[in-house]
Amino acid sequence: MTDRSDALTEAVQNARTAGQRVLIMGSGSKRFLTRADTDPGDRILSTEEHTGIEDYRKDELVVTVRSGTPLRTLRQVLGREGQMLAFEPPEFQGLGTVGGAVAAGLPGPGRPWRGSVRDSVLGVEMINGYGERLVFGGQVMKNVAGFDVSRLQSGAFGIFGVLLRVSLKVIPVPQTERSCVLALDREAAHQWMIRMSALPVPITAACWLDGQLHVRLSGAEPAVVRAARHVGGEQSADDGFWTALRDQTLPFFRSIGVACRYVPPAAALLDTDELIDWNGARRWTQRSPDQVPAGYRRFGPGYARDRCRDAGGNRAVAEYQHRLKQAFDPDSLFNAELTDADVAA
Amino acid sequence: MSEPRQQPGTGQPDLEERGAARTRKRALKRLQSLLPEHCLLTRPAALKPYETDGLTAIRERPWVVALPETEAMLAGVIQICREEGIAVVPRGAGTGLSGGARPLADGVLLGLSKLDRILEIDLSNRAARVQPGVRNLAISEAVAEHGLYYAPDPSSQIACSIGGNVAENSGGVHCLKYGLTVHNILGLTVLTFAGDRLEIGGPGNDPECLDLLALYCGSEGLLGVVTEVWVRLLPVPPERRVLLGAFPAVAGAADAVAAIIRSGLVPAGLEMMDRLAVQAAEAFVHAGYPSDAEAVLLCELDGVAEEVAADARLVERVFRDFGASAVQTAETTEEQARLWLGRKAAFPAVGRLAPDYYCMDGTIPRARLAEVLARVSVLSERYGLAVANVFHAGDGNLHPLILYDANRPGELEQAEAFGAEILDLCVAVGGTVTGEHGVGVEKLGPMCGQFSEAELNQFFRLKAAFDPRGLLNPGKAIPTLTRCAEVGGMHVHGGRLPFPNLERF
Ligand SMILES: Cc1cc2nc3c(=O)[nH]c(=O)nc-3n(C[C@H](O)[C@H](O)[C@H](O)COP(=O)(O)OP(=O)(O)OC[C@H]3O[C@@H](n4cnc5c(N)ncnc54)[C@H](O)[C@@H]3O)c2cc1C
Ligand SMILES: Cc1cc2nc3c(=O)[nH]c(=O)nc-3n(C[C@H](O)[C@H](O)[C@H](O)COP(=O)(O)OP(=O)(O)OC[C@H]3O[C@@H](n4cnc5c(N)ncnc54)[C@H](O)[C@@H]3O)c2cc1C
Repeated sequence: MTDRSDALTEAVQNARTAGQRVLIMGSGSKRFLTRADTDPGDRILSTEEHTGIEDYRKDELVVTVRSGTPLRTLRQVLGREGQMLAFEPPEFQGLGTVGGAVAAGLPGPGRPWRGSVRDSVLGVEMINGYGERLVFGGQVMKNVAGFDVSRLQSGAFGIFGVLLRVSLKVIPVPQTERSCVLALDREAAHQWMIRMSALPVPITAACWLDGQLHVRLSGAEPAVVRAARHVGGEQSADDGFWTALRDQTLPFFRSIGVACRYVPPAAALLDTDELIDWNGARRWTQRSPDQVPAGYRRFGPGYARDRCRDAGGNRAVAEYQHRLKQAFDPDSLFNAELTDADVAA
Repeated sequence: MSEPRQQPGTGQPDLEERGAARTRKRALKRLQSLLPEHCLLTRPAALKPYETDGLTAIRERPWVVALPETEAMLAGVIQICREEGIAVVPRGAGTGLSGGARPLADGVLLGLSKLDRILEIDLSNRAARVQPGVRNLAISEAVAEHGLYYAPDPSSQIACSIGGNVAENSGGVHCLKYGLTVHNILGLTVLTFAGDRLEIGGPGNDPECLDLLALYCGSEGLLGVVTEVWVRLLPVPPERRVLLGAFPAVAGAADAVAAIIRSGLVPAGLEMMDRLAVQAAEAFVHAGYPSDAEAVLLCELDGVAEEVAADARLVERVFRDFGASAVQTAETTEEQARLWLGRKAAFPAVGRLAPDYYCMDGTIPRARLAEVLARVSVLSERYGLAVANVFHAGDGNLHPLILYDANRPGELEQAEAFGAEILDLCVAVGGTVTGEHGVGVEKLGPMCGQFSEAELNQFFRLKAAFDPRGLLNPGKAIPTLTRCAEVGGMHVHGGRLPFPNLERF
């Protein structure tokens, strides 16, 4: 539990003066999404010692956390009060910091119902490329004062600066949760998802894999019980599937490599081995790095750069992303490997 | 030979003014050849309705109003203005409450009301693609037959446009459970002032780029003109219930709000009205509210039947625990409409109490409600101006309505000073100067108290990344450092001097 804000700011200012670039690192659990190895010339700016929950207002459903705080710690603290993060961030290899989770912007299985990472971000304090400490947003639910710089940080993989602390909206742990597993083929499972999404059923996750449709129901007990009867299949309180899907510990993810595509949930099914997540909106395929099909993004080195630098191939958007980067970090101090042409991916 | 008669320093502006007049003449010609006659307003009588938005205290006659009917015309207007160096102010329905669509005497007011088509309803993806001028309520009406709706419902929803909603990140009575505009749109097409067409996101859940979608929400027309919006549609909840609690003390009602949030229950809406607002509403629409109550809470619950029934029991218990003297529950649609009637009519009802009112929009942590409302009422006595409170209590989003009479000398200034104190109070307890109405021109002063010089500079650099010449909706949303110096209230971090580099802007 230490506040390293001053030390981190000083480190950024020193790097700036010395003309040195820095690589922002939390616990490094998502490092595989940026680059395969670390360049010896990079100065690593680690937030790992900048930990602690500064302000937890459980009555307000808001928590303010230093960025190096392990996700696991935050989860435990919230769990003790019957609360949780709505966006269910992954803990790859059991690791991950709060800053890294916000910066990577990877939401868990509940994404279509509980929102993305940025939907839970209420405010940040950050260090920009001028070495200035800036506060945006706040701790309240509604805030339209100034541009929404805090939500912009989610999924930006640290290219705009170092997050020092973030304020997040939390939600109550649902009273009841039920996992249902139905034996269905892919096409039927996909149709089921489309049909159910137009109905008011308390679904909070739906995924198809290997001939089985997995559905999670959450909410008040009577509502979940009734919905569970309607959904059918084999049922349990928690079969561990959702955590394994979230953290990618399912055998599916431990193969030659995976790639994903983000699509409208009802988009046609393509590949026969696709895993369907997010009620249809995210599809995964097992592919080795050199055989990623068109339209998919490799979930490995290059993933973050594709987003931060190339905007998924959208040239006009990429140009404005580049200008935005300049607006925050003109000397490309931070995570240049994700944005700069002269730094190899 | 006598010297030419000229005051020192005035020659330049004179020349500039003549140059500007020539430019405007040329630009007008070009606009006239681009747009059909009914899409370009230039006559004073035609311009009059566009002088102001919902913040009627501030007026300015625009130079011209352009009302493009197609995206191509819209792009043409932007191109002409870019090439001629003329400022553009986007305008949706003009219901904004902070002067965001306030025109410029030498700028084009770009009205988007003719771009009002619903382009696509994608039922299987529960999404709709609409033009920016589509009215908020029109979306829900168009998909109602499919059991779907668009969740954000600002009280102005019959009039306000979806483009304006995006630009203000508007909320509504139901955003406690369903979120703001940012949580309910899936994609945007934006035209920047440089003429680039940005397509961000779509009916899928995650755009494969940085979160420009969130950045555009609440950007008040400074970063680009929204030309298309993909909105998310939700299934209409099968069951709804509305509870009204009448409280003998404001503090009890405020604490009941905090207790409901704490319980883990998320109501669809949770609204508060104080005595003055209740009495005004009763006198106006006779909704059957207990007029002797110091405060009334309205709580809407929705979802599947079992959940709603259980939640209603909990809410009723909390109401009673915090001293509610009466609780009414509305199960039928008609009864619910009656209970909402008072809340919905509250603004016009309060409007009948005094010649003018000034609507504030700060947000505070919900646990501080009781304390802040008490402080507001002390201020009200000090200023000698009455205040009615009607607001989104569940979100901690206050709307104190300060009653005044603009015809009495000095009262407007008093009301503004009172409002500024309320906003300072919001910031002091950890809140913000605007929850949903935006900064516009109205809250430029209070912004100085919320942000440091470095933060304001970051906003300016961000703006410049999209619009380097600052011609799109200039003078809105972010106060210049000069202005903050005048207000004298800029936030100072760690004892640093506030304005060492004023000349930069
Ligand atoms: C000294 C050191 C040695 C390492 N050695 C190895 C090794 O041998 N093998 C190995 O596999 N991994 C190694 N790693 C990497 C590490 O294990 C993980 O890759 C990484 O730390 C994951 O942390 P995270 O989950 O919090 O997010 P990260 O993966 O740290 O961060 C995800 C993204 O967010 C950014 N980010 C993180 N925190 C912030 C913040 N506060 N503000 C702004 N942006 C932020 C990062 O720059 C990155 O772009 C090493 C890391 C360090 C620091
Ligand atoms: C009676 C009343 C009740 C209200 N209730 C609520 C409420 O409950 N919640 C709430 O949040 N607000 C409320 N408002 C405020 C207002 O209705 C909202 O801010 C609304 O979103 C404005 O939409 P508009 O189309 O009228 O926008 P305008 O007022 O025309 O413009 C607002 C801003 O958006 C910009 N803009 C408009 N269209 C575009 C576009 N296509 N592209 C880029 N920029 C654009 C303008 O430049 C301006 O800065 C209320 C207003 C009134 C009068």
